[in-house]
Amino acid sequence: MARMSSVSTVFHRAVPFWRNVRFIRALSQIAFAILLAVVAGALYSNMKHGLESRGLWGGFSFLRLEAGFDIGEGITYDPSDSYARAFLVGVVNTLRVTAVGIVLATILGVVAGVARLSSNWLVNKMASVYIESIRNTPLLVQLFVWYFAIILKLPRVKESIALPGSVFISNRGLTLPWPVPSSSFGSWLPYLIAAFVVAVALLIVRTRGGRRTGRPPFSLLWVGVPFVAIATLGWFLALGSPYVLDVPSLRGLNYKGGLTLTPEFTTLLVGLVLYTGAFIAEVVRAGILAVPRGQIEAAKAVGLNEMQILRLVTFPQALRIIIPSLTSQYLNLAKNSNLAIAIGFPDLFNVAGTIFNVTGRSVQVIVMIMASYLSMSLFTSLIMNLYNRRVQLVER
Amino acid sequence: MAAISEAARPPRTSVGVLGWLKENLFSTWYNTLLTFGSLWLIYVILRGIGTWALTTARWSVVITNLALFLVGPFPREDVWRVWICVIMVALLGLLTWVLWEPLGRGRTGARRWVIAGWLLSFPLTLLLLRGLGGNSILPPVGTNLWGGLLLTFVLAIVSIVASFPLGVLLALGRRSSLPVIRMFSTLYIELIRGVPLVTVLFMAQIMLPLFLPEGMRVDKVMRAIAGFTLFTAAYIAENVRGGLAAVPLGQYEAAKAVGLSGPQVMVLIVLPQALRAVIPPIVGQFIALFKDTSLVAIVGLMDLLNIAKCVVAQPEFMGLKREVYLFVAVIYFVFSYAMSYASRRLEVALGVGGR
Repeated sequence: MARMSSVSTVFHRAVPFWRNVRFIRALSQIAFAILLAVVAGALYSNMKHGLESRGLWGGFSFLRLEAGFDIGEGITYDPSDSYARAFLVGVVNTLRVTAVGIVLATILGVVAGVARLSSNWLVNKMASVYIESIRNTPLLVQLFVWYFAIILKLPRVKESIALPGSVFISNRGLTLPWPVPSSSFGSWLPYLIAAFVVAVALLIVRTRGGRRTGRPPFSLLWVGVPFVAIATLGWFLALGSPYVLDVPSLRGLNYKGGLTLTPEFTTLLVGLVLYTGAFIAEVVRAGILAVPRGQIEAAKAVGLNEMQILRLVTFPQALRIIIPSLTSQYLNLAKNSNLAIAIGFPDLFNVAGTIFNVTGRSVQVIVMIMASYLSMSLFTSLIMNLYNRRVQLVER
Repeated sequence: MAAISEAARPPRTSVGVLGWLKENLFSTWYNTLLTFGSLWLIYVILRGIGTWALTTARWSVVITNLALFLVGPFPREDVWRVWICVIMVALLGLLTWVLWEPLGRGRTGARRWVIAGWLLSFPLTLLLLRGLGGNSILPPVGTNLWGGLLLTFVLAIVSIVASFPLGVLLALGRRSSLPVIRMFSTLYIELIRGVPLVTVLFMAQIMLPLFLPEGMRVDKVMRAIAGFTLFTAAYIAENVRGGLAAVPLGQYEAAKAVGLSGPQVMVLIVLPQALRAVIPPIVGQFIALFKDTSLVAIVGLMDLLNIAKCVVAQPEFMGLKREVYLFVAVIYFVFSYAMSYASRRLEVALGVGGR
């Protein structure tokens, strides 16, 4: 009780400043910041000293100099172009393999994830064997197996494996027919635009109507059919076929026409798609399993068939759970694409490595690599977060 | 009518092998189609691989170079030191399993000894491998002679042990109420998680020597370990942060109410609960790290994968890439699969997986 009487004096007695919480907080932060600055400063001055003595210090002006080395594939580039152009070739190559890889890995992942939950014993076990064997070996080893043990050991161009539809597989890569816009493409373009405008207008009308009446909008039917119909009509009304299928044919020692993917690109694509697909499959499976059983039972009770349950009940709910993990798998795919260096595909990391070897500008090159990957990561996260917000809105 | 209170099981629709087949493989027309399609696919793949593995493949390359795959250029007369380490770890593993699995609860005293043994085994292993200077029993073996599976394991284990405290600190920093520390931790974690591991390894190999004052040299293995540690710490920090978030707020409040100071609340109450919840993800992180050590082949260390590259580059083993790379893939698979299996058992034992 003696303490009670002294309560009023406690407020008046000044707390010594070194015991004041606000003081301690401020001091510890300042101390941390100073420590950080000292360490960073020491490292920086060491680096600057070391690089200056070798004449490698400076900004990014070296990027304007002539590169002088060759790059295997990518957008138009000549050894007499600048380092900046060379780096751009690498960036575009990375984006190319990442974009195609994400699409294919998603398809494979969803198929494998659903197969892993199949009631068919054989399909189920096959999916598990695929997922477990891929997830438990390093991607780099898989790329080596694909590149050195399979793709480079494929038959030569003369004896290449021909698949139906003029697709050829050889140790020069994958050659497939590719549609090329012809001279009449210009006369078809207005029809395509018209089809698109009509489809968008119908989509808006149907969605509004659906929201008002509560009836299902049947978007696919009402939007897809008119789009295809107008586009097809235009195809025949246009002066000649707007696209020509460029079919590859063997001329001498190589293929003429069509689209040829180099062995390096094919390897990287196959490796990344199979690897990421296995991880996406697990994400999809977890998402589907997380949908409460009652939802599926209720859907069965109202008389939906299996396909309808999957499409209308399970997937929309699983999607919410899947999206965040899917995003990180996409980011992993983009980051893993730099293993291209091991098989000689000129992605941004590989080209940057060459620039470093030629110029010795280590700091600048590392800054360029990091900035590229960080901006790619941020951009992907941004898009996926926007999509995620749309999907999550459905939640009650 | 007597058993009306018991829930009646649905009538069995299938009996025996035929019943199982019908239920699991041929239940509907599209399942039948899928089954035949899968059977055909399995037949094609197995026939291709089987014919090659049993007739064309020359597995002698693997047997001839087995020692190289396991320890790399480690001096052959000192390989017994590696064996001692393996036996020590195996014994500790066996003891741990015996004390935790069949014997169940209790035996805290014995368990403490085993934990102490694990902690001691780490510096002991490094000492055995590294050797003492000028001693005739344990002549020093430079890290440039460590290779193969040995190096793969050393890289993974040392990096995970080193990155764990760093990761915990970063996680605490990210949840700190001090803005400067929180911003620094968040920036570090997001920066590292946004770039590929190879970039970090590349940076560790090239930038680390630049950062250090002149005359100070760090060998390649240590640089790689530094890269792995800095990289893994960011991921462990995110795992630990998840564990910290899972500790109920009441725990903090109760700990404060009984008069513990801030650090005491963390060390005695919150961290033990948080870390227990993150053991499975950290084991997963370790498996990922084990696989990722193969990336040091890109920066030129003699790990398992790089040894394989060197083996197939020898003229007498030309054209045997399939055999060698498949063998390496199988080794990685066996260890990763065993570890993920153990981790699943651990999850069940800890009872935290079901969250």
